[in-house]
Amino acid sequence: MIYIMERIGVWVGAILTFAILSFLYKDNPFYKIAEQIFIGISAGYWFIYTIYNILIPNLFTPVLTDFSNNRLLLLPAFLGFLMLCRLLPKIDWVSRYPISFVMGTTAGMSLILFLRSDIIKQTSETMMNPFSAPDLAATIGQLILIIGTLTGIIYFFFSKKHEGVFGTTARVGIYFLMVSFGAAFGYTIMARISLLIGRLNFLLGDWLGIIKP
Amino acid sequence: MKILNILTKIDRRIIFLLIFFGVAFPLLVTINFKLGVTKNVRKVYNMIEETPENSTVVISYDYGPSTKPEIQPMAIALLNHAFRKKLRVICVALWPMGVQMCNEALETALQYFPDLKYGKDYVNMGYKAGGMVTINHMAKNFRSTFPTDEGGTPIDEFPILNGINNFNKIAFIIGLSAGDPGIKQWVQVAHDSYGKPVAGGSTAVQVPFLMPYVNEQQQLTGLIGGLKGAAEYEKLINLPGFATKGMDAQSIAHLIIIMFIVIGNIGFFASKKQKN
Repeated sequence: MIYIMERIGVWVGAILTFAILSFLYKDNPFYKIAEQIFIGISAGYWFIYTIYNILIPNLFTPVLTDFSNNRLLLLPAFLGFLMLCRLLPKIDWVSRYPISFVMGTTAGMSLILFLRSDIIKQTSETMMNPFSAPDLAATIGQLILIIGTLTGIIYFFFSKKHEGVFGTTARVGIYFLMVSFGAAFGYTIMARISLLIGRLNFLLGDWLGIIKP
Repeated sequence: MKILNILTKIDRRIIFLLIFFGVAFPLLVTINFKLGVTKNVRKVYNMIEETPENSTVVISYDYGPSTKPEIQPMAIALLNHAFRKKLRVICVALWPMGVQMCNEALETALQYFPDLKYGKDYVNMGYKAGGMVTINHMAKNFRSTFPTDEGGTPIDEFPILNGINNFNKIAFIIGLSAGDPGIKQWVQVAHDSYGKPVAGGSTAVQVPFLMPYVNEQQQLTGLIGGLKGAAEYEKLINLPGFATKGMDAQSIAHLIIIMFIVIGNIGFFASKKQKN
């Protein structure tokens, strides 16, 4: 019985895969059906997942089993309840309080973390003596890092017109940016092809059994 | 000039079809393109290699089924390596579906280590919402962040978690991530705030944004990027798997794309010259 259910699952997966891939030819009803099924199942799945994996273990169970030690949990529960007021037009303004709470705490935490990890540490990483590097390749690499960082930042300085020496430096910055866009594009292709490999591995392995999945 | 017109007007569906067959062919017929190991992947390998036996480590599964083909191979390879080095692994998840990903990776890796015991050699703590707040809380009080494992068993029943109250007794953390929350948060909180070594494995799309963290300050000790990174890791531990097999298909697909970029550019410049 389990085997039959597994095979049905694999066939459904294969049919839906082809339905989605058919969009590459042109938009069609099979693609639309698969898309709607995906959206519907995702919404249903997340709804149930949130109840069983977030609300029950993190709120209901602690509060119901040990109320005195977990009564503080009622505060976030109340804020969560206020968020639901968005569904009632007359009192939807109430939902702004939990939203502002989330925004405030996230901004406060992120500010310190980003300042330290992404600004101070990253900036100090470019403050180096490239000529003290162990070999020529490392020296060249560190010089490129310093020049790329400086020219890239100069490109994003818009309070002065990009002309003369300043304009030339900004133009060098554009070349560094282009290289980074190219690298990002290459990595994106690699990622998307990996997903296609995963799907084909499923079709040729799990579905058709031609290769070992 | 007729060829020129054809080159500039190739139907995109022909490109899709060629890539489809270009990817399918190497899956059916093994080619075995040569694969080198990059410095960043070797750094992750060395980190595990140099960690003393019986140390406790954390692996965070911050991805879902949509990025499984890229990240799952490295998750399996890392678990294999950690178990081979007799490290004790605590699995956590900042993404809900990470729990399922972890269980599947453990199932595959444990085929090579049937004697390992749940709760003693490895444990799956499950998912916890909150991202950076959760990591911060974990670093201060691990036990109150995860009072039970994913199945609801209290953590006091697991020998692997004896004495684990915060990050002090954790040797290192590896974040396997497909987005936010993920490696970035582990770097910001676990490394930059608490000084814990953090390494990562990510989707290829994320690599350009995470690479700056692999620096002299070792915000990230090393980074395994995409399917290629996973294939490199499989090569390092001498355990070829899905990533190694997938790299042939990856290479053929890249060749096809490069070929079309070149053809497109030739067509573009030639038609521009013709107009002039």
